[in-house]
Amino acid sequence: MDNLQLLISGLANGCVYGLIALGFVLIYKATEAVNFAQGDFMMLGAFITIGLTNTEYMGLPFWLALPISLGLMAVLGYLLDRFLIRKMFGESQTSVVILTIALGFVIRFAAGLIWGHEPQTLQNPLAGKEIALGGLVLGMEDVAVIVVTVLLTWALYVFFSKTKMGLAMQGASQNQLAAYYMGVPVKQVQGLVWALGGVVACVAGILFAAKGSVDPSTGLIGIKAFAAAVIGGFGSLPGALAGGLIVGVIEPFASRYIAAGYSQIAPYALLLAVLIFRPHGLFSQVRSKKV
Amino acid sequence: MSEPILKIRNIESFYGPIMAIRGVSLDVHEGRVVSILGANGAGKTTLMKTISGVMDPEKGTITFDGNDIQGSEPHKVVQQGIVHVPEGREVFPLLTIDENLSLGAYTSSDKGQIEHDRELVFNYFPILKERRNQEAGTLSGGQQQMLAIGRGLMANPRIMLLDEPSLGLSPLLVQEIFTILKRLNEEQNMTMMLVEQNASAALNLAHDGYVMEVGRIVMDGTAEQLMASEDIQNFYLGVQEEGERENRRWKRKKTWR
Repeated sequence: MDNLQLLISGLANGCVYGLIALGFVLIYKATEAVNFAQGDFMMLGAFITIGLTNTEYMGLPFWLALPISLGLMAVLGYLLDRFLIRKMFGESQTSVVILTIALGFVIRFAAGLIWGHEPQTLQNPLAGKEIALGGLVLGMEDVAVIVVTVLLTWALYVFFSKTKMGLAMQGASQNQLAAYYMGVPVKQVQGLVWALGGVVACVAGILFAAKGSVDPSTGLIGIKAFAAAVIGGFGSLPGALAGGLIVGVIEPFASRYIAAGYSQIAPYALLLAVLIFRPHGLFSQVRSKKV
Repeated sequence: MSEPILKIRNIESFYGPIMAIRGVSLDVHEGRVVSILGANGAGKTTLMKTISGVMDPEKGTITFDGNDIQGSEPHKVVQQGIVHVPEGREVFPLLTIDENLSLGAYTSSDKGQIEHDRELVFNYFPILKERRNQEAGTLSGGQQQMLAIGRGLMANPRIMLLDEPSLGLSPLLVQEIFTILKRLNEEQNMTMMLVEQNASAALNLAHDGYVMEVGRIVMDGTAEQLMASEDIQNFYLGVQEEGERENRRWKRKKTWR
């Protein structure tokens, strides 16, 4: 029973990591840029929602605040691409990476200025509720995190495989030049991928802030999510999610069965092992081009 | 003859400081197949890229059906009815054949037309229908080339730019693909501009031809005229003249030099 409990809470954490990792991979696949501010996007999404709905700020109803903050993050993602990342076109990858790292710092300090540096929790309708399932007591938030992640994954799957825009995003990420030849407006599509990255980060942030608390430096778990993405195989969306879940589950078990401190080390130890034994990641989609 | 559907005048394109196309002019008439011959680095692919908008020309005009399109964004060019089937296939490897074809029709929103075009593609390339749910990366080179052509057809184009469809294929497959291209031209009245190193295959299919060398057009004429030309026979078709062994030790000069 104990293990099951650990597993559920680990999975709930893992979902958040997985969603951030998903954001990394989404943007990387479509634009070949790694957005190291993805963790800070998540934190910003959480704070925007807190700012809209918590009673000490604007106090809007939770279900109204939700679409507003998702929309804001989408617009933010799009504008960042339009006015910052796209200007870097043709520069080296390293410059883009450093730009996004700097962007993360800017977001962190801005959030600190607006909402302060104290940890805060998102007030939400599920807070503090529990469900008992045959001797198993689960926090309502943990269950909600898992359910929302499953739903979002399903929605993304349908979007990518069934809609024209989703297909165009896949095409642009697999072969940018060919996408141009097919008449896909690649730059616009990339902007929309950044918007999608913002939305996914915002969902992750809301889930994270609902089941725990956020402060401006929370965005640093983006590093752990990045590790999760690499473990899953950078470039594979299901892999990113799976990597997140693996990292999330490993943490509580490591602290239970090895020693408390090991929960922080375990994900990176796994990362090293994966990089040594399966350098493309666990679920990579690598296929060499036929000549 | 009527006004050409594609009219190129004095195009100059650069890769950075390097001038890859040095003032090219050519005409493509509706329903005709025009072939551009030339060795590696002659600027054939660059010319194609300049037409499809992936590269912008420094100078010159490209007129398609009366509209100037030089320097347009690639998706605007596709919307006009020009589709580029790139060198080396460039299929979307992790998407299925069906999804590849759907992306080919990205600029079209007419569902009926798209399904009609899909049937047309399957009619010309039955193997694609057989494997429609297979990932494109798992196809053989020849099948990928068929998919690339089929994907181009899905845009319902008025002219197809075909860049080296014979690249890396066995002679038998080259023949098969060129036969299908010929049928497309005759049955669908498809206008084509064909870049090739395989000169004999290209001239058999084409009505008109141009020869390009280091960024310039050095010769033009109907396919028959080009095939009959001694220069083309020697340098592109590899015809050997018997009994001139001693002479052939010296590099023959081309007449346009």
